[in-house]
Formats: sequence, structure tokens, C-alpha cells
Amino acid sequence: MAATPVRRGLLGRTYLKPLVIALVSSAGLLFALIGDGLWDYLSWLALGFPVAIGLWFWLRRAWPGRARAERP
Amino acid sequence: MTNKTLRQWSWVHKWSSLVCTLFLLLLCVTGLPLIFYHEIEHVLGNAVEAPEIEGPASSASLDAIVAKARAYFPDKHLQYLSWDEEEPELVYAGLGEQLDSAGDNNRFLALDARTGETLGEVPFQGTFMFYVYRLHVDIFAGLPGKLFLGFMGLLFVVAIVSGVVVYGPSMRKLDFGDVRHHRPRAVRWLDLHNLLGIVLAAWMIVVGGTGVINTWADLVFQYWRNNQLTEMLGAHKDNPRPKTPSSLEAAIKTARDKLPGMTPSFVAFPATAYSSSGHYTVFMHGETPLTSRLLQPVVIDAATGAFTDTREMPWYVMTLLVSQPLHFGDYGGMPLKILWAVLDVITIVVLVTGLYLWFRRRRPSAANRFADEAEIGRRYTGAPAE
Repeated sequence: MAATPVRRGLLGRTYLKPLVIALVSSAGLLFALIGDGLWDYLSWLALGFPVAIGLWFWLRRAWPGRARAERP
Repeated sequence: MTNKTLRQWSWVHKWSSLVCTLFLLLLCVTGLPLIFYHEIEHVLGNAVEAPEIEGPASSASLDAIVAKARAYFPDKHLQYLSWDEEEPELVYAGLGEQLDSAGDNNRFLALDARTGETLGEVPFQGTFMFYVYRLHVDIFAGLPGKLFLGFMGLLFVVAIVSGVVVYGPSMRKLDFGDVRHHRPRAVRWLDLHNLLGIVLAAWMIVVGGTGVINTWADLVFQYWRNNQLTEMLGAHKDNPRPKTPSSLEAAIKTARDKLPGMTPSFVAFPATAYSSSGHYTVFMHGETPLTSRLLQPVVIDAATGAFTDTREMPWYVMTLLVSQPLHFGDYGGMPLKILWAVLDVITIVVLVTGLYLWFRRRRPSAANRFADEAEIGRRYTGAPAE
């Protein structure tokens, strides 16, 4: 949680996870264009990924245990 | 990044967002029902259903269908016939006040492709979805409205890119996904804005960017008509509109023979926005989710019925055609539409939290001044963190 040294580089520290999410969602956008059937399933999975990540971090305080643990 | 460049990016993010936010809210809210356009029209009873027919399927002559469509609206001009892959038993006719009038006041007719019978008008003008559509596409202002919304979309793309740039410094002391739920709302919503904004960045750029491209559709097709279509017509480009046009049924058959494996998507009658004065343009499409959007025009002489030319669309039309499904989200079944809707709603959350953060930083109340200055102002405007 505490600040990590800036020396480690902004990309790895802050932008690595967003980059992975962006790549997965872009792949999801493309998969459904390629074909039907399996490609559609892959697309739903890949585009569901950013939704799941966003909702998970947004709503995880709903778990009472976690919310307490986060308090300082 | 120096403090100065960060301040500049913050300025870009603030102003590009502020100018477009209200319009983006409008686009997100109206875009939501548009994702489910077909489903809503069915529920509202505005869709025409093909009746069940006993016996082997046959198909009616398109020339008979053309005559029926003209007879239904005798004072209108038949501009297009179109087909929908999902409803092979239907043919749609689009009729305008003039042959080359813009589609704004067009009327639509559904006909039975098997019997050639008129099934009825597909209501559009004045329906709920008509207002939603016009608010989303041109705010009732025609081409200037489209271009204006396109400019708002460009600002949205600038806001996303600059938002990604200021995300890094803003997250200096936080891990990915940290939302400080126990802090004042201004801090909580800043974290939420950062989280949802960065997670949706790729999708928002694609849907925003393809939306911008779609606002240029009229201009793109106009340019294509004046350039490539004219080239394809060669010496025939100024042929007059024939008094008794050749058989459309035969023209469609010629187009199918020229491009085996492709299916007609729509045909533009002579002297309309997608054709020359003397020719039919039959737009053919392929079979995969992508190629079904990539139209290829086949030009048929409407006086003689002779094949004139066919070419692949140039890059600028291809770009437009590829950008359409990526904006509409209609290329991966119902689950993709539902995901599109969820992503749209999360985008609204990003817009609202962003607007709130600007508002709060502008007029911090005494109770929240501490949070604003300590948490948002300093980190956000790029002052030294320690």
C-alpha cells in the first residue's frame, strides 16, 4: 500500500495492470469480429474482464471483513 | 514527468472533459436503448413480423415488390430496397420525398420476400426510438449536428488519453484498484473515477473513436460517390435516368453471379445518394461477422440491365464500415450487447464522478476543504508529493 520508490519506473508500477486490461479488452473487441461460436465466447470472456475487475475493486467493501481490514 | 508537463496534461484533461461531458452523458443515456434497438421495437410493436407460410419457400419477383412499394406511397420516391440477414423472409423499402433527399423524413415499408405482399409500414417518425436515435445521432440538427457531436467525441478521446496520462501521477501512493472507502466522498470518487476510467480506457477509446468516424458517414459516402463511383461508371457517368428502368430482379441476379458467395445488403435506385442517375448500385456483403459489414458495390446499367463494374470499397469507406459494428456492439450476440450496456453504464459513472470532482474542487465547502486540498488538489495538479 505504501509508496514504492519512483525509481522502479512508472510503467511497471502503475501502468502494467492497466496495459494488460487494455490488451485483453481490445482482443475481446476483435474476437467477435473474426467469427461466430467459439470466437463469440472468447469475446464475451475478454470484454467481461474489465467489467469484472472494475466492479470487483469498486464493490469489494461490501464484504464486511475486508472493509474492516482496510480501515487504518 | 515534470510538474509543468503534468499541469499541462491536467489542464487538457479538465477542459476536454468539461466541454464534452454533458453531451457524452446524453450520448451514453441515449446509446443505452439503441444497443437494444431491435428488441425494443419488437416489444413496442413497431416491428413487422413475417407471417407463417405453409409449404415450400418460394421467393417473389423483386420487380413485383418494387411495384407494390411504389403503390403504397404513390407520392414518395423509392430510394432503396434492403435485406436483413436475421429476417430472410422480409424485404424493406425506403422511400423519400425526393430521390436524392436525405433520409431524415424517409418512410419504411416491410414486404414479404416470399409472396411479394405488402406487410405494412415500419413506423419510425415520431416513435420513441426515433427521438432517442435523433438525439444520439444529430440532436435534430442534420449534418451540422452530426459533425458537432463528432467534435464532442473527439474531445472525449482527448479526455481519455490525457486521463490515462494523469492517472500515473495520481496513483503515485496507491496500488491498482485502491478505493479509499473510509475517506470523504471527494477522495472516494476520485479513486473510483481513476479505477473505472483506466479499466474502461480501451473500450471507451474504441467506442468513442468509432462514433466520431460514424458522424462522417454522409461525407464519406458522398466523397465515394463523387470519386470512385464516378470512376467505375467511366463513359456512362452522365447517363440519364431511364423512364422505364430495367428489371431489378435481373440486376440482383447479375450482381450475385458477379460476386458468388456474397449476398445483397441493399440496392440503391438510380439518382439516389448511393447511385448515379442511370444505374442501380447493388451493395453486396460477405458471411462472417466482419465481412458481413464490408459492402462491395456492383453497378448495373438501369437502362439496359448490363453489368457496368464492381470494385472493393476504398480504405476510407472500409474504415467507416469496420467502425460501425465496433460502435454499435451488435456483432457478438446478446451477451455482447449486455456487456456493451454494462460498459456504457460504467462510462456514465466515470463521467458523473469526473464532473463531481471538478465541481468540488472549484467550490470546496469548509467541511471538505481539507480533503480536497490534501488529497485531490495536491496530487492532481502535480505539486510535489512529499
